[in-house]
Amino acid sequence: MAAKVVTISSGKGGVGKTTSVANIAVALAARGQRVACVDGDIGLRNLDVVMGLENRIVYDLVDVIEGRCRLRQAMIRDKRLPELYLIPAAQTRDKTAVSPSDMVRLCDELRPEVDWILIDSPAGIERGFKNAIAAADRVLVVTNPDVSAVRDADRVVGILDAEEKGPALLVINRVNTDMVKRGDMLSVDDILDLLAIDLIGIVPEDENVIVASNKGQPLTLDTKNRAGQAFQNIARRLMGEQVAFLELETPGLWQRLLGRKPR
Amino acid sequence: MDDLPLIQIKGIRDGLLVTLGQAPWPDLLAALAHQVETQPAFFQGARLALDVGSCALRVAELSALRDQLSERGITLWAVLSESSLTEATAQNLGLATRLSKPKPPQVQEVSEAIPAEAAKWVRGPLRSGAKITHEGPVVVLGDVNPGAEIVAGGSVIVWGRLRGVVHAGAGGDEKAVVCALELSPTQLRIAGEIAISPRKQGKNQPEVARLVDGRLVAEPWQA
Ligand SMILES: Nc1ncnc2c1ncn2[C@@H]1O[C@H](COP(=O)(O)OP(=O)(O)OP(=O)(O)O)[C@@H](O)[C@H]1O
Ligand SMILES: [Mg+2]
Repeated sequence: MAAKVVTISSGKGGVGKTTSVANIAVALAARGQRVACVDGDIGLRNLDVVMGLENRIVYDLVDVIEGRCRLRQAMIRDKRLPELYLIPAAQTRDKTAVSPSDMVRLCDELRPEVDWILIDSPAGIERGFKNAIAAADRVLVVTNPDVSAVRDADRVVGILDAEEKGPALLVINRVNTDMVKRGDMLSVDDILDLLAIDLIGIVPEDENVIVASNKGQPLTLDTKNRAGQAFQNIARRLMGEQVAFLELETPGLWQRLLGRKPR
Repeated sequence: MDDLPLIQIKGIRDGLLVTLGQAPWPDLLAALAHQVETQPAFFQGARLALDVGSCALRVAELSALRDQLSERGITLWAVLSESSLTEATAQNLGLATRLSKPKPPQVQEVSEAIPAEAAKWVRGPLRSGAKITHEGPVVVLGDVNPGAEIVAGGSVIVWGRLRGVVHAGAGGDEKAVVCALELSPTQLRIAGEIAISPRKQGKNQPEVARLVDGRLVAEPWQA
C-alpha cells in the first residue's frame, strides 16, 4: 500500500514542528509502521540532530533530487527502530535548490517503500513551506497557546485551504496547564474557537522534551512521560484510531463540567 | 512543427496579453516557458494577462504558474477563461478575470451611487492575512479573524464574529454601518473615524456600529 504523506507546518518558528515530526515518527514506527521522515528545512536542518542521526549523514535530499545518489542511499536507518528512516536536508544549500515538483517526484518514489512520509516544514509561508506541502495528503499545523503563534497558524490554515491542501489538523504544543488555569495563556477552547479546524493532539509543556531532543532520543519511547503519550496519541489518531483526549489535554473540560464559559 | 502557434502574444494597454492555443496544459506551459526563456528582455518586468480558453485550471496549477512567472520578474494579473472553474480559481488567487479592470478601490466613491446588488459576498472564515477590498458593501458569511482586513466603500455585514480590522465607508460615506453577530474588531473605522475596541467586551449579542454626530457608537443590532 502506498504511503500517506503528512507535512508538519506552523507559520511561526520554534513552536515544535521538528519535535513533533521526530516524536510522531518514532511513535508510528513503534507501532510497526514503516516511516520515512523528510527534513524540508533546507539550510537549517535539525531533524537529524533531534533524531540522533546527525553523524550518519552521507547523502541528503538535494543529492537525491540532483541525481547524485539513489533514494535508498539517502535514507538513514534509525538505530532503535528497524523501519524508521530519515532523509536529511542539505545544510549547505538553500531552499531554492528544491522545487515543489521535485518534492512531489521524491515522494512518489518513496511512497511504495513505506507507510508514512512525514515532512518537516520550515517556518514561514515562503518557498520552503510551499515545497514542504506540495506532496502532502494531509497537513498538521502546530501552534503554541499564544496569540502570535495562533495568528500565524490561522494564516497557514487559510493558505492551505486556498492551495487545496486543507482542511488542516491542529496540534497544540507546549500547553502549560497551570498558566491556562490562571488565564495567562489561551485555552484549547479559545484556540479551536478561532481556528475552527479539527484537533489531532494536545502536547503539554515538558522540559524532558528539550532534554530528549538534545540527547537525540525522542521521548515518545518513554511510555510514562505525558508529552510522550500525547505524541503517541497523535500517531494513533493518524492511524485512524479513536483516542480520547487525555484529561490533562483538555483544560476546558473542567470549565464545561462546572457549567462556566471557558473564557 | 505545429501549424497553429500554441501561444500568441500582443501588447495591450495593461501590459501583455498571452493567448494560449488548444493543447494539454503541460505543453502550453512548456511553450510559454520557452517564449520567456528566449526573450527575457521582452518579458522582464511585464504585466501579463493570460487567456487560457477553455482550459480548466485548479488553484495548484495556476498558483504554480504565477510563482514561476514571478521568479522571472513577470506579474500575472489577469486570467481570462471560458471555464467557470478557472475563473473561480483565478478569483481565489486574487487575479482579475477580465481586462477592463474596475476602478481601483482607493478611488473615492459615493456609495449611494452603487446599487445594493453590487454587494460583495464572501464565504468565511476570513483568516489572518486575508484582505477584502470592494467599492460597495461587503457581506461575510462566517467569522472575520484577527489579522484579516475588510475595506469597503459601503457597509460591512458579518454573519459571524468580527475580530479583524474593518473599514466601512472607506470612500468617505458617513452613513455606512458595520454589523456583526459578535462585534469585537481589532480596529473599526467608518469613513474617517477610528475606534480601537477594548480587548474583550463579553457581549455576545449582534451589534451595529455607526457614526452618530461624528462619533462611532455600537448598539444592539435590531432589524
Ligand atoms: N512540549 C514541549 N515542551 C517543552 N519544550 C518543547 C516542547 N516542544 C518543543 N520544545 C522545545 O522548543 C524548541 C523548538 O522546538 P522545535 O525545534 O521542534 O521547533 P520548530 O517549530 O521545528 O522550530 P523551527 O521553526 O526553528 O524549525 C526546542 O528547544 C524544543 O526542545
Ligand atoms: Mg524545525
